[in-house]
Amino acid sequence: MALLELQDVEARYGPIRALHGISIAVGEGEVVALLGANGAGKTTTLRAVSGTVRRSGRILFAGRSLERRSPEAVARAGIAHVPEGRGTFAELTVRENLRLGAWTRRGRLRAEQERVLRYFPALAERVGQPAGTLSGGEQQMLALGRALMARPRLLMLDEPSLGLAPLVVSGIFAILRRLNEEEGVSVLLVEQNATLALEAASTAYVLEVGRVALAGPADELRAHESVRRSYLGY
Amino acid sequence: MANFWQQVVSGLATGGIYASLALALVIVYRSTGVINFAQGEMATFATFLAWTFVDHGISFWPAFALTLAAAFAGGVALERVVIRPVQGRSVLTAVIVTIGLLILINGATQWIWGGAVRKFPSPFSTRPIHVGSAAFSIQDIGIVGVSVAAVALLTVLFRFTKVGLGLRAAAVNPDESRLVGVPVGWMLALGWGLASALGAVSGMMVAPIVFLDPNMMQGVLLYAFAAAVLGGLSSPVGAVVGGLSLGVFLNLLGTYWSTFSGDMRLVGGLAVILVVLLVRPAGLFGRPAVRRV
Repeated sequence: MALLELQDVEARYGPIRALHGISIAVGEGEVVALLGANGAGKTTTLRAVSGTVRRSGRILFAGRSLERRSPEAVARAGIAHVPEGRGTFAELTVRENLRLGAWTRRGRLRAEQERVLRYFPALAERVGQPAGTLSGGEQQMLALGRALMARPRLLMLDEPSLGLAPLVVSGIFAILRRLNEEEGVSVLLVEQNATLALEAASTAYVLEVGRVALAGPADELRAHESVRRSYLGY
Repeated sequence: MANFWQQVVSGLATGGIYASLALALVIVYRSTGVINFAQGEMATFATFLAWTFVDHGISFWPAFALTLAAAFAGGVALERVVIRPVQGRSVLTAVIVTIGLLILINGATQWIWGGAVRKFPSPFSTRPIHVGSAAFSIQDIGIVGVSVAAVALLTVLFRFTKVGLGLRAAAVNPDESRLVGVPVGWMLALGWGLASALGAVSGMMVAPIVFLDPNMMQGVLLYAFAAAVLGGLSSPVGAVVGGLSLGVFLNLLGTYWSTFSGDMRLVGGLAVILVVLLVRPAGLFGRPAVRRV
């Protein structure tokens, strides 16, 4: 059984429907990528899961239905959503950001913080600094680190490469791969950079105007002609 | 010179009262973006409650603690029942709701306790203590102490506890806070509760000086606005610094320039609001509002 399963999920912003019945699945320990043009509904799919947009249809996470739950409850269920634009708290320090990530957990978090910071040595030197003073790449790492503090079973990442230099991006994807392998965390990844996304993922979905246009193993999609032309650009 | 220092300490006492109420305004403003015009009336109501406790034979400090608890619960309830339904609507709606609350609570206070002016007990002796040639009133020093303690307690709560972290996060970025699991709705209610309790502190400190009547806090609210604006509406540190400096400033102004003593102090308070808004709208510690277009 899949860890996360969306069946015929619709979502709307006021009168405008952004998702027209989407069905996707993320298996335990799997990395799944969502591809598509701007406005295809990738971000909305993540928001439908985390409950930050009005949605209907069935959303199952570890056998429990999420479609009526508030964002707080979804976070408590074990899903960490890193939104586009990283969503760190600029006025709070790195340490405070990390502690917020562990809001849903009890107990001593010192060890947890050290565990998380091992993945991000650059952050370890800046724990007392306001997050707003970090570089874009460091903020993305902080957003990832904060998500990890919750020990999520599913990590949802929205455009982690946005606005970052290629070297920084490959660093972040390397960390992402390690997290998936070492921590066993499942990942649902929204990424404009289809080349990167298809390398990182085992399964991918291509969305077009709020519907799944194409789905399959990442290798197959990479070889698919229309994907190549539209998203990979060769 | 002795008189100068006496006036400074006495200014710090009134300033501490302004600072408490100003900080209450700032806590609510930061978390819900609303200026709570009813903050003063909520404090008056709480002070009347304290008076009732004392009237029933409870001694001052237990009555003080009971009142804080009641004010806290009342603040939480008001947010849940009255403010929550208008959250997310225009700021004007919320402002009108708090003005409605002001009138409603003022009416309720008059209805329950009547309009008579009452004497409110002071926990501090009015006896002076002499330092050199200056004489400081124990009451003034006590008021400064209580205000400082209240602010210090809140600072510890906000800075060093998990709930405080949640309160700050929910105030600056409610959407992201929800994503990490912070129950933002309850944080806002908690902010109202804390602000209400802090207002009650200022009410119980000012009542022994000005006597207790249903309109007691209206003047204080104006000074608290002046203090909050001076410090920058969104800055808790600014509210405290603004309150204390406003208290000292107005006291010295009234002492050395008799035009500004008595009721004319209010004019001084209004002048401070006006000058700050003209010269430095963001206040001393606030950040200028930047709107992305």
